[in-house]
Amino acid sequence: MHPKRKQRLIIALVIVLLSSLTVGLTSYALRGNINLFYSPSEVAAGEAPTDRSIRVGGMVVEGSVTRARDKLETRFIVTDFASSVTVTYDGILPDLFAEGEGVVATGILGANGVVTASEVLAKHDENYMPPEVADALEKAQAQGAPQP
Amino acid sequence: MWRIVHQFGSPPWVYRFCDRVIPWLLPLTVVALLVGSAWGLLFAPTDYKQGDSYRIIYIHVPASVVALAGYYVMASAGLVSLVWRVKLADTAMRAAAPIGAAYTAIALVTGAIWGKPTWGAWWVWDARITSMLILFFLYVGVMALFEAYENKTIAARACAILSLVGTVNIPIIYKSVDWWYSLHQPASIKFTGSSAIDTSMLYPLLGMIVTFYVLFALLMMLNIKQSLTQEYAHSAWLHKRLND
Repeated sequence: MHPKRKQRLIIALVIVLLSSLTVGLTSYALRGNINLFYSPSEVAAGEAPTDRSIRVGGMVVEGSVTRARDKLETRFIVTDFASSVTVTYDGILPDLFAEGEGVVATGILGANGVVTASEVLAKHDENYMPPEVADALEKAQAQGAPQP
Repeated sequence: MWRIVHQFGSPPWVYRFCDRVIPWLLPLTVVALLVGSAWGLLFAPTDYKQGDSYRIIYIHVPASVVALAGYYVMASAGLVSLVWRVKLADTAMRAAAPIGAAYTAIALVTGAIWGKPTWGAWWVWDARITSMLILFFLYVGVMALFEAYENKTIAARACAILSLVGTVNIPIIYKSVDWWYSLHQPASIKFTGSSAIDTSMLYPLLGMIVTFYVLFALLMMLNIKQSLTQEYAHSAWLHKRLND
């Protein structure tokens, strides 16, 4: 290769390498801020701030959703299967909100460890299938077959 | 082999190549888009949880995939332009930017439309969505930077450096859902192991991804041809070609 071109190629590669390094180190340093939400384990360990609004994400525990009779208020437990956090929310839940599904709640973490949410978002998983397939999977699971 | 590579640096040869390929690639792409859309929107089964709203996947995912891949096309052209000073590489780099920006915009808008009924929000500042927005700004930035210089050789050099620096963003977008907690779900199509999407929904999706790649190539050729017509408006070879 022509020495001048070789030099330019090296410069170009160094530019890419250095910018990757900069971005890599920056995002490593800011990793706590890039995460959209805290996991229940982090909340339990006291890593989440209590003086401002935070997001908590995880799975809604089966059978944990209780609704108030006279208002919209809903109470449910969010878990990451290691720790769990109770969330209360006074508002309309998204359509895909359900027990056993992912959820991200924004709100204030109170002294009693309960998050009073101002917004609840459903976190959709990556599974896509026709209803018949979902039914068949459920049936197979009920009969004790191993999950695919 | 080097002769083929060198041919791609020759404007008359590339112009003739585009002229020959576009007439059959254009109808092919239109048919593939119609067939793929009909397959995905009408014939693929509904989703067990999302119902019909998941069908936006047939536009959203192909646009996003090609927006990422298109960036590498632009950056590679930038590298060739920077190192080998091939003028046609500048043209290719400039041709890729607006197409990539359009694909990224489609991905962002369709994502927002899907996010509202599914998540409950149009926009969330999570890692995937934010890094995708940065990709959009990079594409638009390359377009704007080129126009900012009077001297087009220097403009192309500046754009090449910007697009090279921007390549850092591509693996971040791709891996953002695995590296950080995000609202956006991880990839459904997996290269290793079985995909998390049923094959009856996967095949039309793969078809649309291929179609969007072909559409990208077609738009690139149209853009390059148009740039060459402008750049070589006073060249003998172009006059000869147009008068034939």
